[in-house]
Amino acid sequence: MSQSVTDVICPFCGTLCDDLEVIVSDDGKKIEDIYNACAIGAEKFMHAQAAGRVKRPRMQQPDGSYKEVSYDEAVEYTAQMLHKARKPLMYGWSSTSCEAQSVGHEIAEKVGAIVDNTATVCHGTTLIAVQDVGIPSCTLGEIKNRADRIIFWGCNPCHAHPRHQSRYSIFPRGYFTNKGHKNRKVVVVDPRDSDTAKMADYHFKVEQGRDYELLSAFRVALRNEPLPEKVAGIPREKIIEAADMLKSGRFGIIFFGMGVTQSLSKNHNIDNAIMLTKDLNEFTKFSIMAMRGHYNVTGSGQVLGWQFGYPFAVDLSRGFARYNPGESTSNDLLRRGEVDAVFVLGSDPGAHFPISSVKKISQLPSVCVDPHITPTSEISKLHVPVAFVGVEVGGNCYRMDNVPIEARKVVDPPEGMLTDVEFLSRVNSRLEKLSGGK
Amino acid sequence: METVTLTMKNQPKLYLEADNISPDKFAGKKASEIAALHAYEGRDQTTLSKYFDVAGEAGATAADTRIVVKGDVSRVKYIGMKMTAGEVVVENSPDMYTGAWMQGGKLLVKGNVDAFAGIGMKGGEFVIEGNAGNYLGAAYRGDWRGMQGGLIRVKGDAGSDIGYFMNGGTIVVHGNTDVHVGTHMEGGKIIIKGNAPSKVGGQMVGGEIYVYGTIDVMMPGFKYVHDEELEVDGESGKFSLFHGDTGERHPKRKGQIVYGKLYLKI
Ligand code: SF4
Repeated sequence: MSQSVTDVICPFCGTLCDDLEVIVSDDGKKIEDIYNACAIGAEKFMHAQAAGRVKRPRMQQPDGSYKEVSYDEAVEYTAQMLHKARKPLMYGWSSTSCEAQSVGHEIAEKVGAIVDNTATVCHGTTLIAVQDVGIPSCTLGEIKNRADRIIFWGCNPCHAHPRHQSRYSIFPRGYFTNKGHKNRKVVVVDPRDSDTAKMADYHFKVEQGRDYELLSAFRVALRNEPLPEKVAGIPREKIIEAADMLKSGRFGIIFFGMGVTQSLSKNHNIDNAIMLTKDLNEFTKFSIMAMRGHYNVTGSGQVLGWQFGYPFAVDLSRGFARYNPGESTSNDLLRRGEVDAVFVLGSDPGAHFPISSVKKISQLPSVCVDPHITPTSEISKLHVPVAFVGVEVGGNCYRMDNVPIEARKVVDPPEGMLTDVEFLSRVNSRLEKLSGGK
Repeated sequence: METVTLTMKNQPKLYLEADNISPDKFAGKKASEIAALHAYEGRDQTTLSKYFDVAGEAGATAADTRIVVKGDVSRVKYIGMKMTAGEVVVENSPDMYTGAWMQGGKLLVKGNVDAFAGIGMKGGEFVIEGNAGNYLGAAYRGDWRGMQGGLIRVKGDAGSDIGYFMNGGTIVVHGNTDVHVGTHMEGGKIIIKGNAPSKVGGQMVGGEIYVYGTIDVMMPGFKYVHDEELEVDGESGKFSLFHGDTGERHPKRKGQIVYGKLYLKI
């Protein structure tokens, strides 16, 4: 007999679906099936079961091979590395619980580290813009129940957030949107013919790197000021028509992704998109939301925010919090040689950072805490496997709309395996002793 | 005016935060006292003497103090930060935040400066003989007050985001710039004698931008007004005036809408 666990949270993308059903074997050790999740979400659960999973920490040997070590040795190595470093980088935090993040930040404060999360290579620019001009936002529930004008700007949820459209943005029948997608007009701004674009009523194939100009053009159109014949490859008439369509809605939302946060103009794109949202509120109700990627990158920003006042790239080296993307962001630190040790938890910079940064990590003392073998674990001096958050251990997470959701445990981790929180707490107490209780 | 000479002898392994290298901090001090001033390398608090040879002594006040920095300072941040008077000469290329929040006096860099030079500047004269990095004369993160006064002159090229949230003062770039000039600008003057590729004056509320060379792609919210004969930076020339950014809010003065002004040299 198998048992079913309901209302399980999917710890994969920022949509943080909370309606999964997981079938677990009788002894509570094995996942047999997953219902309601999308393909990538289901894969995450199945991965925890994969054969050949690393169950103990591994230390890189001079010849490049790995030797198994105990958790005690791993704690000692990590604590010593952070204790000796004068400016360590503690990166990741987006695929773990808020509880683990909080312990990590305690360590960072002790050793004068720089704490940075994956926003540094995706929505960090959004956070800069939010600090500059504020943000009018809402929850996904409001969008489901009210929104009739949906804009996807530089994002492709069909692939990155597969259930986003069916649960919240295009198809669901909500309180004031009881005809589902028939109630909604969908605009996609993307230079590519993405699968999301195929579902749009309006698809603007913006010229690469000209999002800032197109956003400005919408704002000019709303003010009835003259426009040039074409902006960013889009004819003036089309821009004016779309502006009128947006104004005529009852509730609109702009979702945006890495197509605008990491292309030319970066934070300025988001800044201008937020200002466009603000302008649209002169005519109707409009909101804007970032399509956050990792399931708890939003949580990392939240926890850093309430502990240090900044949502990413927090430099604690001088004992107080400083923040300046461009200086205290991971890639700048690595590229410029500003840090002397690297600790990674809950992310895979080995796969996502430019090769010049990855090389720097491989040359420095480095620790990678990750349930999987990843490109990062393969270049780190020490790899510490831990239990999967949201599968083998619970914890708090924040959805992309900043709603906190408690992830659930569905099966036990392999015998003797530590969780993120347990490993970090042990490093933290070891550091307490090393620094003489200071 | 008394002169203090700092000569780099030991390069920092990481980067050095040397916000004490300023006439205000040196004023009234002998060489030995200056050598004992703090600097930071990572989390370690050290002293200037660990990295620099210090010769000469400072004047009684900042205004009587001249600092000459010699040697490779490419890993030194914050030179001339918050200086209010006196003179600093850097013979090579310093790192970030050179002349940040400067309020007065003269700062001369004979090489290049990295990002965030002259951010939040309020007064004084800052001359860079080489190139400048990004965010020259911009606002610090989250601040809506960028440069508010003084003069920055770059003899070479400048990076992106110069004059971000600029409120006053003047930036002159003799060469070219990268994208985003005067974004969110509310006042002050930016003069670019070379080219600016695109995103010039985006979200601009007020202030003036002059471009002598070309702009590849204009922002959509700029409308042509008329041609004008003007004297700019000591030379006269003919310019086309554009008003913008028309997509942005604009205050009214005496019943007239006040726009940002973009002048293109003809
Ligand atoms: S949409 Fe995202 S959160 Fe939902 S099941 Fe798929 S991967 Fe998981």
